[in-house]
Amino acid sequence: MKKLCVVMDDREVEDNPFQPEMWRIVRRYPLTSDVNFFQARPVDVDEALKFNYKPGQFLMMSVIGEGEAPFSISSTPSRPGMLEFCIRKTGTLTDTLFTLKENHTVGIRGPYGNGFSLDKMEGKDIMIIAGGLGAAPLRSLLLYVLDNRDKFGKLTYLHGARLPSEMLFREEFIQLKEREDLNCLLAVDKDDTGKWPYKVGVVTELFKDLGPIDGKNTIGIVCGPPAMYKFVLPHMVKLGLPKHQILMTLERRMKCGVGKCGHCAIEYLYTCMDGPVFSYWDVLHMKEIIGRGVSDKTIA
Amino acid sequence: MMILKMKKEDLSVFLDSIKEWGELWGPVKKEGKTTYAKVDALSQMDLKATRTTIPPKKFLYPPRFTMFDYDEDGYVERTGDVPKRILFGIHPCDIHGILIMDKLFLEKFNDPYYKERREKTLLLGHSCIPDDKCMCFATDTDFIAEGFDLFFTDLKMFYLVWVGSTKGHDLVRMRPELFSRGIDKNDIINYTEYRKWMSAQYKAKVDFTGMPDVFELGYNSAVWDQLAEKCLSCGQCSMVCPTCNCYNVVDEVELGSMEGTRDRFWDSCMLREYSLVAGGHNFRDKRADRLRLWYTHKLQAFIGEFGKPACVGCGRCVTTCPVDINVVTVSNALKEQEVGK
Repeated sequence: MKKLCVVMDDREVEDNPFQPEMWRIVRRYPLTSDVNFFQARPVDVDEALKFNYKPGQFLMMSVIGEGEAPFSISSTPSRPGMLEFCIRKTGTLTDTLFTLKENHTVGIRGPYGNGFSLDKMEGKDIMIIAGGLGAAPLRSLLLYVLDNRDKFGKLTYLHGARLPSEMLFREEFIQLKEREDLNCLLAVDKDDTGKWPYKVGVVTELFKDLGPIDGKNTIGIVCGPPAMYKFVLPHMVKLGLPKHQILMTLERRMKCGVGKCGHCAIEYLYTCMDGPVFSYWDVLHMKEIIGRGVSDKTIA
Repeated sequence: MMILKMKKEDLSVFLDSIKEWGELWGPVKKEGKTTYAKVDALSQMDLKATRTTIPPKKFLYPPRFTMFDYDEDGYVERTGDVPKRILFGIHPCDIHGILIMDKLFLEKFNDPYYKERREKTLLLGHSCIPDDKCMCFATDTDFIAEGFDLFFTDLKMFYLVWVGSTKGHDLVRMRPELFSRGIDKNDIINYTEYRKWMSAQYKAKVDFTGMPDVFELGYNSAVWDQLAEKCLSCGQCSMVCPTCNCYNVVDEVELGSMEGTRDRFWDSCMLREYSLVAGGHNFRDKRADRLRLWYTHKLQAFIGEFGKPACVGCGRCVTTCPVDINVVTVSNALKEQEVGK
């Protein structure tokens, strides 16, 4: 009998997109009562500077013995070598994550998702609006713009939190108010301390303090709880921002990050591959993206 | 493509010969149902069966398998447990289903687990006799031109054998004396007659034309709530659908240790936890929302993305759903704005 010429190639393990690499937690400290800040670096230090990503991308983090989940990146690629995360304790995986100490390891793979199209944003005015945990992914973009300040026009940062004690990166953002190269506006829904020196009210209250905005030349970026979009988006449209220049980053359940497991599907889009950054124009077509109510009302 | 001719009585000898390459699997009757099973010979197979309960996707993408073994030091890929198999008797609809799986798993990020099984599984297709649940005429999947290694069309006295890959050709080369290239006038007429006969066999009334627009128009239709009243959210439709690829991943841990396995298993968007995120928000808490996602993805979104539906017309949802929710009843309900009895 003739010998078969079928050759089975031995696959290389490095080709496995699901393979987590081990990273070391460098630092962990609380930002608020239920949110911790994490800094991590690859165990293999040579890899640290090779890891490149874009603001708006996310990665999959594995906690040994618990599982894997997607997390957005809070650091900027303009400060390489270390990744930063801002993580809320909200389930069994994050429960364990919050018990890990410095030098414990976690598995990391990524980065995934489209991220922000930085080249298309250059030369434009940038208006970033974060509500609550929405600051986690948007801090990456904010720091990136600050590190590349001359490539962008006017920079506005609006941030709303429930209480002063619940504001993520509170001291960092308060310091930004000192800088003259951006307009940083902070608000809390309620001031239970009686000492909050800035705006008290919902984030849309900050629109009153914006000053002149050149809508057509502005890229707006929003991230926050679903309810926030309902109020913020009409304000941005009113300021004259074209809908394709209003960007938002979305959250979905994900098990793979690479368009295979199906969980993050929104109609024909995968949040992990086509997003997580979508424009308001995309959202108007995708009824499911941020809930039926939002897009229906805004059309009318 | 190369098309060869083989005498029907030679098939048995041929299958015996190619077993040297790997395990031979084919459709077998078991307790009244048809399933793919490992066989020794052609005589054990039931080539007249229309469809197996579970499509052949289970060989390329098993219902549950281990991706990684882990301990405190990290994750090590699990390899080496994939047997070489020859699947005989796969129908055109199921090969179309596998082509859709190829698109999902092998384009962009390559899924190495799928790829390894795909490469170690030879697909030997076989023509079929449609029953009253078959809809492949409506999804343009009644014939197949790619994706298989060999395809056998039964023309009563002989087989026409399409050679679809170099691996398929290698199988032919194991017993070249069983195949002939001499296709004559009568063979062509026979084949034309066979196609005419095939298209006259379908009894189901299905038409998916215009479905993307009907889905768009019917997004808020009350029909979804009415269907949801019946739906059991059991997810069987996903298990039997040749194009349902969704999966879940869990880390299993050995009690009292930090060692365990990362396992991957079939999931369904019909199940409640499917779109649940940390913090408790569920993007599709209502059964109607989940039902709509399933059907929108198959009959609207997929057409928008790839130009054809992610339904291959195999009829498995028709035979499986305990409450008669399937591609036919759902598309009819949407078109007629009424849920049929």
